[in-house]
Amino acid sequence: MGRYGYGNWGINPGGVMDPYAARVANMLVGNESTEAVMEIHFPGPQILFEQNALISLTGADFTPTLNDEPLPLWRPIVVRKNTVLHFPRLQWGARCYLAVHGGFNADKWLQSYSTNLKAGAGGHEGRKLEKGDELSFRESSIYFPALLKEGKDYRVLRWKAATGKTYQYPNELFFIRGNEWDQLEEQCRIELLENNFIIHPHSDRMGYRLKGVPLVRNEKTELVSSGVHFGTMQLLPDGQLIVLMADHQTAGGYPRIGHVISAHFPKLAQLRPSDCIHFTLVDIAMAEELLMAMQQELNILQLSCITQLNQQVCQS
Amino acid sequence: MHLHDAPYRIFSIGDAAITLDLGNVIDPALNRKVLAIREQILQQPFTGLLDCRIAYSSVTLVYDPVAVKKAHHPENTVFAFLQQYLEAAYHKAQALPDTATRTVRIPVCYEDGYGVDLEAAAAQLKLSPEKLITLHLSRSYRVYMIGFLPGFAYMGLTHEQLYIPRKAQPVPVKAGSVGITGRQTGIYPLHCPGGWYIIGRTPQPLFDACAEIPVLLQPGDEVQFYRISGKEFESLNRNG
Repeated sequence: MGRYGYGNWGINPGGVMDPYAARVANMLVGNESTEAVMEIHFPGPQILFEQNALISLTGADFTPTLNDEPLPLWRPIVVRKNTVLHFPRLQWGARCYLAVHGGFNADKWLQSYSTNLKAGAGGHEGRKLEKGDELSFRESSIYFPALLKEGKDYRVLRWKAATGKTYQYPNELFFIRGNEWDQLEEQCRIELLENNFIIHPHSDRMGYRLKGVPLVRNEKTELVSSGVHFGTMQLLPDGQLIVLMADHQTAGGYPRIGHVISAHFPKLAQLRPSDCIHFTLVDIAMAEELLMAMQQELNILQLSCITQLNQQVCQS
Repeated sequence: MHLHDAPYRIFSIGDAAITLDLGNVIDPALNRKVLAIREQILQQPFTGLLDCRIAYSSVTLVYDPVAVKKAHHPENTVFAFLQQYLEAAYHKAQALPDTATRTVRIPVCYEDGYGVDLEAAAAQLKLSPEKLITLHLSRSYRVYMIGFLPGFAYMGLTHEQLYIPRKAQPVPVKAGSVGITGRQTGIYPLHCPGGWYIIGRTPQPLFDACAEIPVLLQPGDEVQFYRISGKEFESLNRNG
């Protein structure tokens, strides 16, 4: 997920903010885990299904409804054509993912469906979705009438993704030291670990600005632009931190204090302005271990989903 | 400087990216070495490598730790494995010859309405606008890196008399705007907010999403600006 391999042209990876939720959404409906999904921020859209479809919703809970009946998250759901999906209320989180069995017919640019807003390419005409847009999805071999009961608008299939520890302790984020961590004054390193940071309203898919105890760097040399990544915690000249997110630039010149670990991107992506963050320092071995564990869980989930879907389609 | 003796440091940029850094300086020799290391990496990539991009004096690899682990079964961490890989790439890389990959000539109109900050920059530098233009045209520039926006080339070094700090606040900038800051010069490929002093504008597109290679400039290129009139600009303009 995301567009990799073009950083040398100044083209950033982009892609989903919560890669875990997006992958699970695809797995639940039997897609490749990296198939294009719709990332929904609150307030969400109203979506009219013009065809029967097998869908899933994962990530943030915007209390989804289909023709006003509540739908569960993290489940595969068969929806009848001419029904309306709606997201009336924000309950938890910041990004909800909609996957559809077969995948969306999105625009591919430089080998990825991810939308690059700056380049105006990829996704749906390289822009945010707007009222009136029509998205098509690939045809499916599933015979839907057999799965839908007469008079019912939808059917929730029986399997469910358990998100386990992924979103536990949602405000506790692990990070590893950045190259300029040692340049923070000792007292500030302690303060960073002991205090909470609040996400500023001026936060978006490029980065989260944090508000907290001002941090002081004991070295004043300016840095020439160098590598940054999703999760990089940069120190701004005013002593505040910014955490780079999916649409981050390919290089930056601010000191890199730390990097949020990949296994905690799902939690990070689901935080909203005015939510707080508490940082805990870990080492790279721990960061890798947690990521491998998450991947293992996803591998098991993918196999189970394929088995379940095959059984369901064969039975009906 | 003997490039093989250049000190280098390798450090993580999170658990899915690693950087090799030759020093916090803007130096053509270090930039050439960095390009050579990138070439070396692209010739012998490893399973799980997602991207290899350079900055002024550093090269950053983005990788999928799960794929690296699965393919290479490192004894220790994936990071430690890639640290060794980068060290080997550093020693194997031959510095590229001291000539630019290619020279690209780019037309610039410095007239009123194109170089919207020309007067302000000249006043701050205590130069006449004409002198500023002459200094900007007096040399060709190396493209050190592409970043910030798709196709935005960081070029330098400008004449020392053109050293100017960044503006306090970014303002909307038109596509094709040619700016200066520090001892760098650059061209904005797209309409966007920017903090550099805009001294001119080019009708030449720097980025085209539909093109097979969507960016005009690449690291290692040499850029020579040449002056055109407002009239010529309008007949050539493809930046909208």
